[in-house]
Amino acid sequence: MSTQDGITLAYIVTIVSFILALRFLSNPAHARKGNWIGAFGMAVAIVATFFREGMQNEWSILLVMAIASPIGAYAARAVKMTAMPQMVALFNGVGGGAAALIALSEFHHVAPEPGRLDANVSVSIALSALIGSISFAGSLVAFGKLQELVSGRPIVYPGQKFGNLAILAALLGLGIAVIAGAQEQGLLIGLICGSLAFGVLFVLPIGGADMPVVISLLNAFTGIAASATGFVLHENVLIVSGMLVGAAGTLLTLLMAKAMGRSVANVLFGAFGQLQVSEAAIAAGEGTVRSATAEDVAVMLAYADRVIVVPGYGLAVAQAQHSVRELADELEKKGVDVKYAIHPVAGRMPGHMNVLLAEANVPYDQLSEMDEINPEFERTDVALVIGANDVTNPAARSDRSSPIYGMPILDVDKAKNVVVLKRSMRPGFAGIDNPLYTEPQTQMLFGDARESVVKLVQAVKTL
Amino acid sequence: MNTSFLIELTVLILAAFLGFEVISKVPTLLHTPLMSGSNAIHGIVLVGGIIVAGLPDQDVWIRVVGLAAVALGTGNVVGGFVVTDRMLEMFKRRKPRQETEAKPE
Repeated sequence: MSTQDGITLAYIVTIVSFILALRFLSNPAHARKGNWIGAFGMAVAIVATFFREGMQNEWSILLVMAIASPIGAYAARAVKMTAMPQMVALFNGVGGGAAALIALSEFHHVAPEPGRLDANVSVSIALSALIGSISFAGSLVAFGKLQELVSGRPIVYPGQKFGNLAILAALLGLGIAVIAGAQEQGLLIGLICGSLAFGVLFVLPIGGADMPVVISLLNAFTGIAASATGFVLHENVLIVSGMLVGAAGTLLTLLMAKAMGRSVANVLFGAFGQLQVSEAAIAAGEGTVRSATAEDVAVMLAYADRVIVVPGYGLAVAQAQHSVRELADELEKKGVDVKYAIHPVAGRMPGHMNVLLAEANVPYDQLSEMDEINPEFERTDVALVIGANDVTNPAARSDRSSPIYGMPILDVDKAKNVVVLKRSMRPGFAGIDNPLYTEPQTQMLFGDARESVVKLVQAVKTL
Repeated sequence: MNTSFLIELTVLILAAFLGFEVISKVPTLLHTPLMSGSNAIHGIVLVGGIIVAGLPDQDVWIRVVGLAAVALGTGNVVGGFVVTDRMLEMFKRRKPRQETEAKPE
C-alpha cells in the first residue's frame, strides 16, 4: 500500500464520520457525540493531508493553523446565543472565501501550460471562485445586518435589479472566458472581484426578518463551493463533504421559505413590493384592545390547566428566556402543564429559538413544533405570546389581501385566552396589523418583555 | 470527458441524495446545530487549502493566497465544531421527577 492509498483510506474514514455526525443529529440525546465524531473525522483528514507526496511548506502551514485555531475557538466560545446567526454567517463566509482562494491558487498552478487545462477543471475553478466569493461577501453583509452594523431594513435603489443582472451577466462572461481557455490570472481575479460585489448587492436588499432563508442559502453555497474545489483538486473527500452541506443548506432554505409561505425567489428578490405593502398597511387598524395587569394575568395562568408559551424573537432581544423558564417552573409547581410552541422561523436562523430556550435550561421535550402543537391550542386555557407577532397573525389563514396570506401560523387565536406581551401596538417585521390583538379573548400586557415576565413570576409566587 | 471526472460526478450525485436523506431526518429542534455542524463540515476546504499551500515552487504571492485559505479554513473548522458543541451541550431532557406525567403525543 502506498502512502497515497493510505491518505485515500483516511479520507474515507473522514467521509464516514461526517455522515455519522449528521445522522446522530437526528436525536438530541446523541447529537453532541455526533459532533465529536465529525471533529474526529476532520482531524483525520487534516493529518493525512500533510503526508501527501511532494508536500512543502509544512511549517508555515502549521504556524498559520496554530494562529487561526485559537481565534476561531475564542470567537465560538465568546459568542452569545442570540448572536449565533451572525457567527454562523461569519464561519460560513470564511469557508467560502477559502474556496475562492484555493481556486485562484490552483488556477495559477495549472494555468501556465497552454491547452493542458481540462474543461472539468476549468469549470470547477470558475464555479469555486464564483460561488465561494459570493458566499464570502454575502455572508459578511448578512453578518453586518444581523450585528446591526448595516441597517437590517432592505436597502434598495433604483435600477437595482438591472444592475445585479448586469453584474451577473459580466460574471458569466468572465467564467466562460476562463473555461474557454483564456488562461489569464487577471480573468479569474476579475471573476472573484465581481462575485464579491455581486454577493454584497445580492444580500443588501434582503430584510432582517428573511435572514433564516439567506443564511441557509449561503450555507448551501459554501458547501457547493467546497464541492467544486473537490473537482479542482480531484479529492472525493471535498466533493462529498461539500455536497452534504449543499444538500443540508438547500433543504433548510426550502423549509424556511415554506414556513414563511413564500417562494425562495420571493424572499430573495421581493424586497421592492414588500416595502410598499408595509407602509400602506401600517395606516390601517381598528377595534378595541384590552389591556391587562400582571396580577390579572398571573391569576389566569396559575389557575389554568394548560398553558402554551409562544416565544418570538422579541423574547430573545429582551433576554427574557431565563425569566420565562422561571415562570414555567413556578406554574408547573402549581400543577399547570406548560409547553412551548416554536414556529420554524422564530428567531434569525432555522431552529434559533430552540437553542435560545435550551440555553435557558428549558428541557427540549417541552418544545413543540408547529404542526404538533397547533391542534392543542383548542384545549389550551392560556396562550402566552411573548415577543412574537406575525407568526400568530390569523390574517395569514383568512385574509386573502394580507401580505402574509398563506404563511403557516401558530393557531394561537383558538386558545380560550390569549395574553400578548408586547412593548406597544407597533406592528411586527412584516409591518402589518395583527387582528389577534382585538379579538375578545385576547388581553395585552404592555411593557418590556423581560420586565413583564419578571412581574408575572413575582405575582405567581405570591398566589 | 475523462473517466475520473465521471466518477467524481457520480460521487457528487450520490452525496447529494445521501445528504437529503440524512438531513431530512433532523428535527426542527436541532436545525441551528445542524446548520453550524454542517458549517463545520464545509470547513473541509481546509484540506484543499493545505494542498494548495503545500504545492512546490510557487511565487510568493500565490503562497500567501494558499496560506490565507488555510487561515480561513482553520477558523471555519475550529469555530464550527466548537460552537456546535457549545450549543448541543445545552439541549437537555426534562428532569426525571417530571417524566412521570403522561405524554400526550
